[in-house]
Amino acid sequence: MDASGEPQFTPEMNPPLREDTSVPPRKGPIRRFLDTPPDNTAKTVVIALGLCLVASMVVSAAAVSLRPLQQENAALDKQVNIVEVAGKYEEGMDVAAAFAAFEPHVVELDTGAFADGAEIEGQVLDPLTFDDRAAAEDLTLSAPLDDDPAGIGRQADYVTVYLLKNDDGSLDKVILPVYGYGLWSTLYGFIAVEEDGNTIYGLQFYEHAETPGLGAEVDNPRWKALWRGKKLRDDEGDLEINVGKAVTAAGPEYHVDALSGATLTSRGVDNLVRFWMGEAGFEPFLERVRAGEI
Amino acid sequence: MAQTYRKMLVDPMVDNNPITLQVLGVCSALAVTSSLQVAAVMALAVTLVTGFSSMFISAIRSQIPGSIRIIVQMIIIASLVIVVDQVLKAYAYEVSKTLSVFVGLIITNCIVMGRAEAFAMKNPPIASFIDGVGNGMGYGLILLLVGFFRELFGSGSLFGITILPTVNNGGWYVPNGLLLLPPSAFFVIGLLIWGFRTWKPEQVEEREYRIQTVEAH
Repeated sequence: MDASGEPQFTPEMNPPLREDTSVPPRKGPIRRFLDTPPDNTAKTVVIALGLCLVASMVVSAAAVSLRPLQQENAALDKQVNIVEVAGKYEEGMDVAAAFAAFEPHVVELDTGAFADGAEIEGQVLDPLTFDDRAAAEDLTLSAPLDDDPAGIGRQADYVTVYLLKNDDGSLDKVILPVYGYGLWSTLYGFIAVEEDGNTIYGLQFYEHAETPGLGAEVDNPRWKALWRGKKLRDDEGDLEINVGKAVTAAGPEYHVDALSGATLTSRGVDNLVRFWMGEAGFEPFLERVRAGEI
Repeated sequence: MAQTYRKMLVDPMVDNNPITLQVLGVCSALAVTSSLQVAAVMALAVTLVTGFSSMFISAIRSQIPGSIRIIVQMIIIASLVIVVDQVLKAYAYEVSKTLSVFVGLIITNCIVMGRAEAFAMKNPPIASFIDGVGNGMGYGLILLLVGFFRELFGSGSLFGITILPTVNNGGWYVPNGLLLLPPSAFFVIGLLIWGFRTWKPEQVEEREYRIQTVEAH
């Protein structure tokens, strides 16, 4: 200390910084990477790849872990639609209990006969577990279509139908799965046919991705109500049911008015209903229904 | 700092609302507001996506190469949207069927990109998260307001509970069918913007031109 009382800096109090600046601390590879300016080409590639990897892991983790729940929802939704198309659905009901009243059967489309428990190339056709969608993709259970108005590519040889019976055991309705291409998507649904095998009770789609407000009006209750009581075939046995703008020569009981603003979806519904109700679809089965064999 | 966070959260509700002031995200607001339940789920989904995408983008903002900046933001937003879509399909199946493509279209919602680009690229993660949530809630607020009018006067119900019994169900109210169609949201949003700007005149945009009065000689 000098006379002024101010502390004086000595080399001991203020050591030179030489050692710190001359030898920079060694950086790890991650630190060095992070310090690279972001516009470096190599870094751009690494960041892009790394981000894609992380994002794809997050997305696939979510998709895989939530799949069982989603499938359960889809199955329940299908049951709701089967119950609803048969006119038995009420808001807030126990769907599983109501669904128990429906008898599932696997039907061979060519003959219209039940094929419950049949064994095809090592696969047992159990109506409770038979998966129509998987069957349509399965090479041993399906065949490609030459004439394919519904735009489905391959058609399964076997499908699941549901029978609803009256209390005395007589047939009330049959619920038949139908599907076909609309404008943007394949529409999956059910047609309920009365015990006479010719009168439609209802048509309902449970899965589609048609334009909201236009094609998606296939879900509109007022349009669905148009289907009730329509006939599939006339007295000569010709398939006359159709969806279109104008009533055909066959008469109004075979005609469902097309959805306005949704020409292509309506045409798709027309094609798929006519396909599935025709010879390549459920006609052999419906013939048996008409004959009272079911 | 707490004060600024609060401001960030509340500001986009009225003073800087993404729909009524910035007029962004109107497309999805037209589509999903015909019923309150759907509007509420959509509002929640957008809020979560804007909040978390802003947070993640902000967290890596110093590492994002400028040349692929937009793509990086899109990947983060798109991944979050897919996760939200999957969660909805698993836990709210009926709603997810009604929302259908519109959940996927959150990716293209200008509000999400707008916040990522305008705010998250320049601010720390927590602030970005709050800003994102605030903007999502501002969007949601308008969605719920529009949904309220459209469902009440279009189907006579709120959240599916009948308020005005409609003629079709044996009541007295003749529902306004137009309100169930997407274009009606234009009218409702337009009226809301008018209302907001009458209440807060500082939101009125300056005129780009002014009609000149010509003096007669």
